[in-house]
Amino acid sequence: MILIYDGTFEGFLSVVFDCYAHKLDPMDIFAEDKFQSALFCEVVHVATNVEHSRRVWAGWQKKLSRELNQLPFLAYLSGESGIEMFLLHFARLSFASPVPVEGNYADEKILAVRKASRRVTQEAMRMIEFVRFQLTKDGIYFSGIRPSYDVLPMILKHFKSRFADQQWLIYDMKRDYGFYYNQRTVDEVKLMDKMFNVSDSKVRTDMLEEGEVDYQRLWSNYCRNITIMERVNLKCQKNHMPRRYWKFLPEKNVQ
Amino acid sequence: MCGVLIELVIMNERVQNKLNILADSAKYDVSCSSSGSSRKNEGKGIGNALNCGICHSFTADGRCVSLLKVLMSNNCIYDCAYCINRRTNDRPRATLTPDELVDITIGFYRRNYIEGLFLSSGVIKNPDYTMERMMLVAKKLRTEQRYNGYIHLKAIPGASPDLINEAGLYADRMSVNIEIPTNPELKRLAPEKNHEGIILPMGLIKEGIVQNSEERKKYRNVRAFVPAGQSTQLIVGASPETDQQILSLATNLYNEQKLKRVYYSGYLPVNEYDNRLPALKTPPLVRENRLYQSDWLMRFYKFSASEIVSAEHPFLDLEVDPKLAYALRNYHLYPVDVNTADYEMILRIPGIGVQSAQRIIQARRFGRLTSNHLKKIGVVMKRAQYFIVNNQLPPAIHDLAPERLKRQILLSDSQKRTKVSETQLSLFSFPSTSNTLIEKSR
Ligand code: SF4
Repeated sequence: MILIYDGTFEGFLSVVFDCYAHKLDPMDIFAEDKFQSALFCEVVHVATNVEHSRRVWAGWQKKLSRELNQLPFLAYLSGESGIEMFLLHFARLSFASPVPVEGNYADEKILAVRKASRRVTQEAMRMIEFVRFQLTKDGIYFSGIRPSYDVLPMILKHFKSRFADQQWLIYDMKRDYGFYYNQRTVDEVKLMDKMFNVSDSKVRTDMLEEGEVDYQRLWSNYCRNITIMERVNLKCQKNHMPRRYWKFLPEKNVQ
Repeated sequence: MCGVLIELVIMNERVQNKLNILADSAKYDVSCSSSGSSRKNEGKGIGNALNCGICHSFTADGRCVSLLKVLMSNNCIYDCAYCINRRTNDRPRATLTPDELVDITIGFYRRNYIEGLFLSSGVIKNPDYTMERMMLVAKKLRTEQRYNGYIHLKAIPGASPDLINEAGLYADRMSVNIEIPTNPELKRLAPEKNHEGIILPMGLIKEGIVQNSEERKKYRNVRAFVPAGQSTQLIVGASPETDQQILSLATNLYNEQKLKRVYYSGYLPVNEYDNRLPALKTPPLVRENRLYQSDWLMRFYKFSASEIVSAEHPFLDLEVDPKLAYALRNYHLYPVDVNTADYEMILRIPGIGVQSAQRIIQARRFGRLTSNHLKKIGVVMKRAQYFIVNNQLPPAIHDLAPERLKRQILLSDSQKRTKVSETQLSLFSFPSTSNTLIEKSR
């Protein structure tokens, strides 16, 4: 049997609920949009049920150790193919065991879940590092990002506490939504008119605050000047700062 | 506000040039870590310091850029042989004013370029004059700009205790660089300096920290004094000290002076004309890396300096890392059974890092671990295989004499070149699952 859900985390948790309630043993689980077709196999659509998902999530979190109680959600965000089956396996072990099982690295599926969650956390971390604000004429610090996973909601708290006294807007250009902080609250926004290049996040020059370009140049020159030429090691640089982020960084683009 | 902006545009070219000169002069200072302090954004100011440290960029030489690391001035009244900014060198000189430094720091910080400021300086006029202006930068940032980001200040030896104490109230970290590991060598290369003059401010800061932490236990509202502790830097290879001398000095600094970090900097031949210095073709990078690895072993793997170097082996083996060298010298301790050995001993297995060791401890509660498990956990089996037993592998170690085993490992390493720089870099990185930073989103 193959189970299909709507592609949200709640939807997936509803699947887990049904597997328990109806003693299902699926061969595979797919988000609607990822599912192609299956011959010779029963296909069942599971409707998302908020109450069911809430119960599963609350119960599951109790089975997880404190520091890792977001683990299933983070791994889920990775969107890797097959992650649903790994998570179902993980859920079953969690619910069956009186002690947390996520330390069982010898279990391949648990290991896969942990690795997936690590990739997501790492991407969020990279956003925290590589977001570059450009100050616009409206006095808003703007940054466009293109994270591999949908991690923007995870980094808001960091930016809110760090830049509490400035207005900022971080926009996920890939998923076309963002968050705006007005010095009090952080609100979700969707921009219709885009005053920036949606591929590299550069704000139109006439929209930039005077002095913005100078700071970018100052920063870019600074980065060049602190490099010790005797020690250049580009491979190492790329390891820590993969190429795909470079187009967003003034130090890689501004002369 | 408007006035400031116009001014900025006018002064920009000048500042641009100054910053170029002063960043270039500061680049040989290696410490860039911004970790060890957590300062909350209290009220509505700007910034916070997180204790895991964040790298915002990486230079082409692969180093983390976390802080705006800059000299206030590269003018100096002293003439240290190993320093590019010594007064007798003919090179462009510049000095940034406290206000310019404040502007640049805030401008960079607000754009998320940096975690904070690391300010050092050559000695202008005299130590007090220099220290006072540096202190002023920190003071303005904290009080006028309400800035809560990270600040690292160099303490200038010879400056008055009052100034150093005041600076400590605004800085997260302070450092006094020792540079040359032994006093006679320091005097030879920098006749105007000596170790006593360096240890003095270091002791002052240490006392301040100890006293402050006691007061803070008693009264909640006492202001923090250098909450991220102090560090220092040693130059390696400009003078003839052995690694044993260097590591025992480091141990001493960690234990007696309570330093948070000791940085090692392979000497770059910047003043080749000075014949008090050795003629080096390239900076001793491998040695620098081995020292960092040893320091790492002392701080996180519970090794002591005497287990890493000794009177018979005063220098580190450049061919193999210090942990492997230790294992080869202490054959009788191996093989180790990963399913039963305690954490400390597992840490001493070549090819197993802190993370793998912790995973082994966790995972073996669920059942015996096989080589396959170990590989998946992240153990470098190619290296570890000689030093472990589990229920599969026959212990391989005693089939080969240490020297043969070393050759064999080196051979297989060279087939798939392991990067020397890898370990050097991981020093500056943060634990990659830093959950503290990530908002719990559900
Ligand atoms: S005191 Fe510092 S800046 Fe001045 S010459 Fe010596 S090392 Fe260089």
